[in-house]
Amino acid sequence: MNKPATPNSFRTGPDEQGMFGMFGGRFVAETLMPLILDLEKHWTFAKTDPAFKAEVEHLNKHYTGRPSPLYFAERLTQHLGGAKIYFKRDELNHTGSHKINNCLGQILLAKRMGKTRIIAETGAGQHGVASATVAARFGLPCVVYMGATDVQRQAPNVFRMKLLGAEVVPVTSGHGTLKDAMNEALRDWVTNVDDTYYMIGTAAGPHPYPEIVRELQSVIGREAREQMLEAEGRLPDLLVAAVGGGSNAIGLFHPFLDDTDVKIVGVEAGGKGLDGDEHCASLTAGSPGVLHGNRTYLLQTSDGQIMEGHSISAGLDYPGIGPEHSWLKESNRVEYVPIMDSEALEAFQLLTRLEGIIPALEPAHALAEVIKRAPKMGKDQIIVMNLCGRGDKDIFTVGKILGMEL
Amino acid sequence: MTTRIDRRMAKLKAEGRPALVTYFMGGDPDYDTSLSIMKALPGAGSDIIELGMPFSDPMADGPAIQAAGLRALKGGQTLVKTLKMASDFRAGDNETPIVLMGYYNPIYVYGVDRFLKDALASGIDGLIVVDLPPEMDEELCIPAMKAGINFIRLATPTTDDKRLPKVLQNTSGFVYYVSMTGITGAALADTGKVAAAVKRIKGHTDLPVCVGFGVKTAEQARVIGANADGVVVGTAIVNAVANVLGPKGEKTADPAEAVATLVSGLAQGVRSARLAAAE
Repeated sequence: MNKPATPNSFRTGPDEQGMFGMFGGRFVAETLMPLILDLEKHWTFAKTDPAFKAEVEHLNKHYTGRPSPLYFAERLTQHLGGAKIYFKRDELNHTGSHKINNCLGQILLAKRMGKTRIIAETGAGQHGVASATVAARFGLPCVVYMGATDVQRQAPNVFRMKLLGAEVVPVTSGHGTLKDAMNEALRDWVTNVDDTYYMIGTAAGPHPYPEIVRELQSVIGREAREQMLEAEGRLPDLLVAAVGGGSNAIGLFHPFLDDTDVKIVGVEAGGKGLDGDEHCASLTAGSPGVLHGNRTYLLQTSDGQIMEGHSISAGLDYPGIGPEHSWLKESNRVEYVPIMDSEALEAFQLLTRLEGIIPALEPAHALAEVIKRAPKMGKDQIIVMNLCGRGDKDIFTVGKILGMEL
Repeated sequence: MTTRIDRRMAKLKAEGRPALVTYFMGGDPDYDTSLSIMKALPGAGSDIIELGMPFSDPMADGPAIQAAGLRALKGGQTLVKTLKMASDFRAGDNETPIVLMGYYNPIYVYGVDRFLKDALASGIDGLIVVDLPPEMDEELCIPAMKAGINFIRLATPTTDDKRLPKVLQNTSGFVYYVSMTGITGAALADTGKVAAAVKRIKGHTDLPVCVGFGVKTAEQARVIGANADGVVVGTAIVNAVANVLGPKGEKTADPAEAVATLVSGLAQGVRSARLAAAE
């Protein structure tokens, strides 16, 4: 078989069926199909509507605090002795991560559709907190589904969501983690079809969600591109971001996909290593399958049963990945690599001490890859890494591993 | 080309009564017990068997069927074994139609062409795949039709008149009307609304229309069967199995007998449906 031709552009997907090559699509129950078509109709209108764009931009600026800075990490650069390292500091956003970028846009869409109730799924609780935040801001009731296991290990975020007025429903079905929370949110949606808007937190799920989330998160990459040109007068040599479902990564990557001189790396959770089952590297160690409305790379058995992932970071603990990442992997535009729990933990501590920034464990994975690559690159080369969340939520997990009582 | 489903539906139409369609989870709680349940179904009055394929993430199912699927997977059930179960059943019954019901991923991973070949060889007559709407027909629906296996589509309360033709287009065997917006095992919807919906669908197709989601008792089967061509019962059967399992999964009574008792009652319900309607 011939090698597939390189497309003229990597930024044209998805097609009308919601496909990125063979990935994506709309694998949902018939009950949800009319809802998804309705969402697509409203989204198609909103995405080219100047009023929608203006509303999103206004909230991004005045509520979230955008644009987030592009920060030159001087001490880390010196320490590693290679390429210049810049951080796109989405951890400074209101609510502490990039998740708010998506939620603000989606709640505006929900309002336009006349929906009066918001549901969301969450793993680590960052998307749950962002959903609860925008629901409070717009005066809509919000129900967040969260795996019972995650409810226990992410208690501070559970309390935040409750303070914000959201109802947090612990999900005990399956194994009580993020994928089960997503199943339960879908069960809620299939039951409450008239009034409910499902606010998906990552660039996955049935079409048009992967596109909606990507477009709303692409503000990260658009800003970074502009800021980089201003700071250095040129584009970076390398982009690095962590991928769980993949929303922060696609947000940074997408505006650069056609700049073929820019190398792009996505970092998956390698957990305790790819040899066993305790990792979450669906692109590196999984295979294509169909889950949660889309075809994508999944961690699964030879019988097509979905496996539980493992990562030190609850935000990367999802056995799937956004379909566009699967396509970017197969088309060789983006390289995906795993980083182990232990490497992420070291990177977390290094950044804290060298730059005075406590990163979330998710971007700590991206940072660990930067630490590997920067020393091998020239001093005139430039890396941009998405620092997509802050680590306040993770200090308990890290403390426990380091053997400190908090 | 007619399938066992077409022939069975035609026969029941001639008899003037609706079909009793029974769902059970393949491999729950283990292969042998599950096969004994399957074998007991026709004798107890089931007209069409839906053989559930367990999946780790059944997002349209309620707690009862979720739990049954997990029990089956824990008991070692796989798609290979589910097909074998159909084949073992066929060795003693070449008439009762078998419909495989579940989610797409295990079939996709097995390989669509290989699956259709093996399903045909195992005596499978139809497929219900929850997460394949008509927009994804190229995946399995059209290959199944070509292979001579019915692809039975779900129509729901959200499927309006404008969308219905698209849903019905490549459907064969029968149409499965989901009585409500929700997951399997929830409370039965307003039966008046269900009857109106069945009438609405029949205005668009000559295919038999079976109704499921929420039917648990003989009385409900009778009322729904007055208008529908078939009544689907799933959660109640799965519960009949769960009820005779102890806390560690040990059997406290014979699951096949528990299911047969329930199905006999349901069968009486559907058999009196048209009599009641005629009164």
